[in-house]
Amino acid sequence: MSAQPVDVATVDVPAPPAYLSVKDLRVHFPTADGLVKSVDGLSFDVERGEILGIVGESGSGKSVTSQAILGLHKGTSALVTGQIWLDGRELVGAPEDEMRALRGSEMAMIFQDPLSAMHPFYRVGKQISEAYLVHNKVSKAVAKKRVIEMLDRVGIPNPDRRYNDYPHQFSGGMRQRAMIAMALVCDPTLLIADEPTTALDVTVQAQILELMKDLQREFNSAIVLITHDLGVVAETCDHVVVMYGGQCVEAGSVDDIFYGPEMPYTWGLLGSMPRMDRTRQTRLLPIHGQPPSLIRVPSGCVFNPRCSFKDHVPGDLCTTAHPDLLPVSAERAEHVARCHIQPTQRRTLWRNEIQPKL
Amino acid sequence: MAIYILRRLIGAVLVIFVVSVLTFLIFQLAPRLANVEPAYYYVGKVPPDPAGIAALNHRFGFDLPIPQQYWNWLHGVLFGRYVDDGTSAPIKCNAPCLGYSFRQHLPVTHLIGQAIPVSLSLAVGAAIMWLVGGITVGTISALKRGSFLDRAAMTIALTAVSMPIFFTGPLLLLIFNYKLRWIENPVYVGITQNPVLWLKSMILPWIALAFLFAALYARLTRANMLETMSEDYIRTARSKGLSRRKVVIKHGLRAALTPIVTIFGIDVGTLIGTTVITETVFNLRGLGKISIDSIKSQDLPIIMGVTIVAAMAVVVANIVVDILYAVVDPRVSYS
Repeated sequence: MSAQPVDVATVDVPAPPAYLSVKDLRVHFPTADGLVKSVDGLSFDVERGEILGIVGESGSGKSVTSQAILGLHKGTSALVTGQIWLDGRELVGAPEDEMRALRGSEMAMIFQDPLSAMHPFYRVGKQISEAYLVHNKVSKAVAKKRVIEMLDRVGIPNPDRRYNDYPHQFSGGMRQRAMIAMALVCDPTLLIADEPTTALDVTVQAQILELMKDLQREFNSAIVLITHDLGVVAETCDHVVVMYGGQCVEAGSVDDIFYGPEMPYTWGLLGSMPRMDRTRQTRLLPIHGQPPSLIRVPSGCVFNPRCSFKDHVPGDLCTTAHPDLLPVSAERAEHVARCHIQPTQRRTLWRNEIQPKL
Repeated sequence: MAIYILRRLIGAVLVIFVVSVLTFLIFQLAPRLANVEPAYYYVGKVPPDPAGIAALNHRFGFDLPIPQQYWNWLHGVLFGRYVDDGTSAPIKCNAPCLGYSFRQHLPVTHLIGQAIPVSLSLAVGAAIMWLVGGITVGTISALKRGSFLDRAAMTIALTAVSMPIFFTGPLLLLIFNYKLRWIENPVYVGITQNPVLWLKSMILPWIALAFLFAALYARLTRANMLETMSEDYIRTARSKGLSRRKVVIKHGLRAALTPIVTIFGIDVGTLIGTTVITETVFNLRGLGKISIDSIKSQDLPIIMGVTIVAAMAVVVANIVVDILYAVVDPRVSYS
């Protein structure tokens, strides 16, 4: 097991007040082609009882972030730096044993594809009770009872019979319910859902999101919801982090992001989202170009090669200087954006050029 | 499950039937193509005069139509029959009668019956050794991918795969038999007679055979394990907070070994009738050795008997694999 690099200067820093606090997280993968900077300086806070959405396209570092929180990069070649605080404990520098004790019990994860995320050779019930037995010193019979209760709670009919089924005997929606039961069986206070509804059809998607919201209210847990579906974010989340090229490019409350976004990439995301509540527009507005290389990250603003608003910035600032993540105004400190365009000008652009086209 | 097994067994009987018909036909055709009297392959010499040949052919039933001859042979397998070796009264060849070697004056079934324990001991013992060794090395290699250990193990494996038994076998004999004298001129002894001597006689052939196969299995396990450990369900297992040992063995190895079960069954089945070189090097009278000897002495009844028994071993191994596969992978349905 390779030693995790610990930033010595930060060890004495007092724990931040938020329940989950990610500070300047960097996850880099050394490869033959160069250093892949999957996550590069990401920070966010989540409180208990709150749902944070992390949105961004494929390869923007969403899943890598979630796995870093669970410490799943430990023992791999990944270089993880920065801090992750969970309930006053720092996790990046924590040893694997400590992480293992937290995984499944205090923080749990739901994955995108429940078919491949479950072991094909073991019964669903056994897989869930395995998760319960690692963290609870109880008999198998007690664990089984608990699992059947949990399967019932997530809405699986005939839970005592379904306990003995294999994953391939479940439907997609049922499998995701079982995954949720597995994640919640030890009453975790932090739940990370990595694209939990991507593999499901829309009706089942709505049920699963509703179930997650119910369970969250019941257990007062914190949820990090990772998705590329802005519709899901609008429905479920309290706060949103927009990621691009391994960095946070804009963050704020759901209202900030949907009704007053200030970063051209967020505008692009909103423009490419189909909407049922508006008259049919002629075309969705795609963001042209390709996601950036994470090895040769564009200089200046990560988004600059695809940004069509560069002419609003004086000089070649966009391609030379990396913009800081700054509050958009003094009174709304939690709404931050990473853009060289002046805030007042951004608001004008949004009102006059972007919003009318959505 | 029972119906599944029953269906597989019926299929297996059919396969063996087809193999026996084909084998029979090949050995009917061979003398004709070589323009030799069939009796030659039974007794080694034929009388010079046509009357003598006719008499011989009549004695062996070669003058009967081919289907009739096959039926007589099949009848012998199922119920036994009488054979006439020309020297005394007809001899009773008990079922399952696979023929009678007129050269050795012994029923083929008797010869094969003596060879099977040797071949089984060799194949099963070596299989256990290579399975344990190959899987252990392969798993460690996969987990420590790219390390010195991994590279060393895979280099040794590559070397082992490229070393034939007729090289490693004599090498082992040279070291342990002639130089160190730990095992001196081993002779096969049945496991029921003397397990210690049995072990002593089998250990070197096992090592020679297992060395070769362990290398293959180590590479196979390593490749499967690398693939399995990057599966989503391994990430799930880790995110449950399971210990590394549980993640690797219960979740990783279990899935990685499933395809190996298939190959393993077929390898063992095939080995039972085909370890010719190992048996020759270590002077074991197994199926491989008696088949090569009978080919050399052109003793057709033995060749035919061994062919059918070897085919049966492969078929039986395949059934065992299919049943095992359905047990280890619940997604394989019996229906």
